[in-house]
Amino acid sequence: MDTFIQQVINGLVLGSLYSLIALGYTMVYGILNLINFAHGDVLMVGALTALTVILFLMANFPELPGWLLLILGTAVAIPVCIAVSLVIERVAYRPLRNAPRLAPLITAIGVSIVLQTLAMLIWGRNYMTFPELLPTDPIVIGGATITVTKLLVIALSALIMIGLMLLVNRSRLGRAMRATAENPRVAGLMGVNPNYVIALTFAIGAALAAVAGVMIAASYSVAHFHMGFMPGLKAFTAAVLGGIGNIPGAMIGGLLLGLIEALGAGYIGQLTGGVLGSHYQDVFAFIVLCAVLIFRPSGLLGERVADRA
Amino acid sequence: MQLFFPQLKDNPAAAIIAAFVVGAVLIALPFVVGQFGNAWVRALAFAALYVMLALGLNVVVGYAGLLDLGYIAFYAVGAYMYALLASPHLTDNFPALAAMFPDGFHNPIWLVIPLGAGLAALFGILLGAPVLKLRGDYLAIVTLGFGEIIRIFLVNLNEPYNITNGPQGITLIDPVTIAGVSFARPLDLGFVTLPSVYLYYYLFLVLAIASLIVCIRLQNSRLGRAWMAIREDDVAAKAMGINVRNVKLLAFALGATFGGVAGAMFSAFQGFVSPESFSLMESIIVLAMVVLGGLGHIPGVILGAVLLAVFPEVLRHTVVPVQEALFGTVIVEAEVLRMLIYGLALVAIMLYRPKGLWPAPEHGVGAGPRPAAG
Repeated sequence: MDTFIQQVINGLVLGSLYSLIALGYTMVYGILNLINFAHGDVLMVGALTALTVILFLMANFPELPGWLLLILGTAVAIPVCIAVSLVIERVAYRPLRNAPRLAPLITAIGVSIVLQTLAMLIWGRNYMTFPELLPTDPIVIGGATITVTKLLVIALSALIMIGLMLLVNRSRLGRAMRATAENPRVAGLMGVNPNYVIALTFAIGAALAAVAGVMIAASYSVAHFHMGFMPGLKAFTAAVLGGIGNIPGAMIGGLLLGLIEALGAGYIGQLTGGVLGSHYQDVFAFIVLCAVLIFRPSGLLGERVADRA
Repeated sequence: MQLFFPQLKDNPAAAIIAAFVVGAVLIALPFVVGQFGNAWVRALAFAALYVMLALGLNVVVGYAGLLDLGYIAFYAVGAYMYALLASPHLTDNFPALAAMFPDGFHNPIWLVIPLGAGLAALFGILLGAPVLKLRGDYLAIVTLGFGEIIRIFLVNLNEPYNITNGPQGITLIDPVTIAGVSFARPLDLGFVTLPSVYLYYYLFLVLAIASLIVCIRLQNSRLGRAWMAIREDDVAAKAMGINVRNVKLLAFALGATFGGVAGAMFSAFQGFVSPESFSLMESIIVLAMVVLGGLGHIPGVILGAVLLAVFPEVLRHTVVPVQEALFGTVIVEAEVLRMLIYGLALVAIMLYRPKGLWPAPEHGVGAGPRPAAG
């Protein structure tokens, strides 16, 4: 039972992170029908920027408390990520908006490689330790333990997602976003500037990715240039699981995928009699992805059928 | 030949002469390039191998329009299959097998090449079957996931039964042996001695040309036309009576075949395989070759493959010395710079030349109906 609770907690932490990243995919997809392949790398840029800021502050102002460092690091990472994301949108996606579907996907892969290589040049190819900024004493809940950082991940993700729901469903801007997603041309006729809305969508996605990147680095105490790849892929899976283009879907999909992975990794050893171990954790996401795409391509909450002729 | 130079179409004699000239150049090439060191010949051999890979991926991406980001998995399947069937690894780890084959596993390439092709095709169908209903961008992610799964298994299948030897990979793989001639030793022909690399270059060249012929024949076949119809509009293709599912599966299977054979050859050439060689980056490099050269256009794909395969070698010989001269040390490694340039090239090509460096001629412009064979 202890394992179960522990894995559920781990799953929630993981799932909250996936949800945050999945939102970036799903919002862009909802409007442009484009998989923003470089999204995972934006996350990596965020984490490494924050790390640099934090290390700089720690060296120069050692008296600053940990939580303030974390906030300052994130505060720098968010605008950097937004800038990176806007440049990507402007340079690599906007000119190809009416091109065949394959074209923006290929530029997205190119952008992803460029970002990773540049990060490797700037920050080196080694794993970097992300300092422990928050108290590391474990909190015990029903036989399972959780750190303050991880508790913060869950709470903050929930807050951000509520805020985003309010933004999209209640504000004027959110209405413009939904209108553009429905039909960019008609939205344009109704006085919405689609380019502005699309850029804004990328910016929001990037800000969420920056927060997620810092939280990933903080909760696993490590950052490097390739760290965005796997979370990006998993978050995409989460977005598909929930129904791509659907914002609540991305949240639910992320949490569900996190739980599946954590429980799967926790129990695969027992289930297979020790033949397969927890290092097969990454395989679960892909099995889920394939299963969803085969049996319910529109995802759990998606209403649109995947194939549009 | 006409495929490469459309102006030769009405002049068969010139086409035959051109074929002989190109053939002679390809045969003489290692001797010219070899003057600058065997590393260059090695790069050429790899170029031929990549031509095979790129032609295979071109069947899937270029003809059928299915973006496959896990193509390298088939390469890995071929490579590991050869490694297991031609190295002491399995007999060392499984005493039962050692008892059955007291001399160890040593299989001739006549067995291994068809096996590699078949196994890769099987994997192609395994991957293709569940994902066929998906639209392009979903497909890309699923194939990417598939490539990663294969790699995860290669890394982890060293326990409880040691099949792939994990991250260390498999060593002591037999070199190719044809008619008693081992490719690992220089071959003395009497008038000239061919080093091992040269032999592999010729072998890969023959295989690449064979792939080229297969591809041209496929392109001009009923199946090839069906692929292109699906690529342009699969609903319309279906209405024309094409069995979209089967034809897509065939694209996956046939594309994978090339990868499997190339993989088997890679592992014989290297004498060593490890999961590191089959990362996502490799898939993307092969994709870059196809896209850079010209999606769906065979000469373009070959150009792309040769350019990108020889490029790292060129880079290594220019970037490192230049930096050492300028800064005293190497600041940007050639490998890193290569990835940066590939990434930028993918973006730039899509933005400015979406049909590639050597695009297919437009229909109805310059040429009438294509000849049956190139």
